[in-house]
Amino acid sequence: MAESSVTNKPRRRWTEFATEALIKVLGFSSIGIVILIFLFLLREGLPVLFEVPLGNFLGTRWYPIEDLYGILPLILGSILVTLVAIIIALPLSVATAVFVREVAPNWVREILKPMIEVMAGIPSVVLGFFGMTLIAPLILQVLGTPTGLTAFTGALILAYMALPTIVSVAEDALDSVPKSYRDASLAMGATQWQTIWRVVVPAARSGIVTAVMLGMGRAIGETMLVMMVTGNAARLPTTLDSLFRPVRTTTATIAAEMGEVAQGSTHYHVLFGLGIVLFLLTFIINLTAASTIFKKRRRGGLR
Amino acid sequence: MALHRPISGIKSKNILLRILFILSILSILALSTACQPGEPDILPEGGNGQQTTTIENKGSDTLVNLALAWAEDYAELNPNLSISVTGGGSGTGIAAMINGTVDIANASRAMKPEEVAAAEANGFPPMEFVVARDAIAVVVHPSNPVDELTMKQVSDIYTGKITNWSEVGGEDRPIVLLSRESNSGTHVYFLENVIRLGDKNSDLLFSPDTLLMPSSEGISSEVRLNPNAIGYDGLGYVTHDQKMVAIAQDANGSYVLPSVESVNDGSYPISRPLFMYTAGEPTGQIKEYLDWILNEGQVLVLELGFVPLQ
Repeated sequence: MAESSVTNKPRRRWTEFATEALIKVLGFSSIGIVILIFLFLLREGLPVLFEVPLGNFLGTRWYPIEDLYGILPLILGSILVTLVAIIIALPLSVATAVFVREVAPNWVREILKPMIEVMAGIPSVVLGFFGMTLIAPLILQVLGTPTGLTAFTGALILAYMALPTIVSVAEDALDSVPKSYRDASLAMGATQWQTIWRVVVPAARSGIVTAVMLGMGRAIGETMLVMMVTGNAARLPTTLDSLFRPVRTTTATIAAEMGEVAQGSTHYHVLFGLGIVLFLLTFIINLTAASTIFKKRRRGGLR
Repeated sequence: MALHRPISGIKSKNILLRILFILSILSILALSTACQPGEPDILPEGGNGQQTTTIENKGSDTLVNLALAWAEDYAELNPNLSISVTGGGSGTGIAAMINGTVDIANASRAMKPEEVAAAEANGFPPMEFVVARDAIAVVVHPSNPVDELTMKQVSDIYTGKITNWSEVGGEDRPIVLLSRESNSGTHVYFLENVIRLGDKNSDLLFSPDTLLMPSSEGISSEVRLNPNAIGYDGLGYVTHDQKMVAIAQDANGSYVLPSVESVNDGSYPISRPLFMYTAGEPTGQIKEYLDWILNEGQVLVLELGFVPLQ
C-alpha cells in the first residue's frame, strides 16, 4: 500500500476517493433505510391514535373483528415469554461459555464451538414444530397444565433458540479478558473456580450483559416459533399461573393477522401501531446493549 | 488397455454431444409447446378481454382442498388452462379480490356489506356463487365421555361460562377451548351462528382464554393429544382420531351427528354454504369453470367430505 502510493500517486488518490465515497454512500444508505422503515411504520401506524380511542387501544381485550384493539395482553405476553426465556437461558449460556472458554480442554472446545454455532442455524419453524409435537405434550403430562401450549413452552424453546447467540458473544467477552488477570489471580493462590467467578466473569460482565441483550432482542422478535407453541390466546397474563397458560405475543399477532386486513383499515393501522411498540421495545434493548458495549470499549482502552 | 482408452474417450465425447443435441431439441420442443397455450388465447382476447390462461383462485382454507381437486380435474379436461389455488383464509381471499389480485375468491362465509362496498369502490363488484355445503363438527378427545351437547352448551363453553367438563356431564377436567384464527371464515361463522346462536344483536365473544390456532392441523393435533380440549372444524377435516359430538338445536331437540345426510336433510344445526366470488359477472373461461364446478364438479364435493348441492 505505502509503496504503491509513492509510485503512482494520482491514480491512488482517485481510487481512494471512489472507494471512500462508495463506503460512505453504503454506510449512510443503511442508516437512511432504517430511518425510512421507521418513517413508514410511523406513517402506517400513527393514524391509530386518531381512529381508536386510547382507552380501547390500551384496553385488555384483543378481538379485532369486533373492533376491540386492547394491546395490553399482547405486549405483556411478549414481555412475559421473553423474560422467562432469558431467565432460563442466562445461567445455562453463561455456564456453557465459561465451560467452553475456561474449563474445557482444547479438543472439547474444538468440538463444542462449531456445535453451538450449528445450533444457531436451526430454523425457528423447525424448533416450533419440535415444540408443538414433543415439548407441548410433555408439559401437559408432566406439569398437569390444562394444555401443553403455554407461555412456558414458548419460553423454553425460545431459551434454546437464544442460547447459541448468548454463548458465542459471552464467550468472546471472556476471551477478551487479558491473560494477566488470570495469571495474577492464580499467582495469589486463588483456585481456578475462584479465578473464574471472582475475576474473569466480573471482568467480562459488560460483554455478558451485551450477549444477554442480543439474545433478548432475538427472543422478543421471534414469530413463527411462538405462534406455533404458545397457543395464541389473548388473555391478560396477570395472575400467578399465567406462565402455565396460553399467551398471544405481539409478533404472532402481527404475523397471523396481517394477511387478512384490508389496506388502510383501522385493524391495519393497529397492527402497524403494534409494530411501532415492538420497534421501540427492541430499540431500548439494543440501546442498552450498545451502551454496555461502549463502556466495555472504554475499559478496553485501559488495558 | 492403452489402445482402448482414447477410443472410449472419443465415445464418451460423442455420447456427451448426442445428449447435448437431444437436450437442445427437447428444450426447443418444450419452448414451442409452452408457447402454444398462448396462441388460441389471443383469438378470444378481443371477445372477452381475458388475456391470461391462468385463473388465480385464493381464499378459504376450508375450501382449499376442494378447490385444488376441482382445479386439477378441470385442468385435465382443459390442458390449455392453468388454475392456481392458494389458501390463507376467507378474509385473505376476499381482501385479494377487493384489491383485484385474484380471479376467483373462495370464502366459507358471505362477504360483509363493507367488504362488498370496498370491492365496488375499487371497481370489482362481487358476484356470489354457492359451490358446496359444509358442516362444522365439534370435536373432543376420543377418551372424553361427553357424547352430546346442545347449541346453548357449546355457546356457554366457548364464552367461558362453562369451564369444567363436569358441568356438561364429563370428568372433572378444565376445558381448553380451541378455535381457528379470526381471519378464518369458520371462526366468524362459529361466532355468529353458534356462540351468538344466530342472534344479530348479541355481543357475546369467544372467551379470551380461547387458543387461536393458525391451521386446521393445529386444532386436530391438539384435540388428538389433549383430553381437556374442545375444538371445531369443517367436516372435511375431521380425522378418526378425534371424536365428534352430537349437537341438538335446544334441550328438547334430538342430538344429531354431522354427516352428509344430516346436513342435506337439515337436521344437523351447524352447517353452512361455501362460496366462490368473482369480480363482476364472470366471462369466458372463468364462467365455463364455474359452470363446470356447479354441475360435473359436484361429484368431487362428496369425495372430499363436504356436502354437494342438491
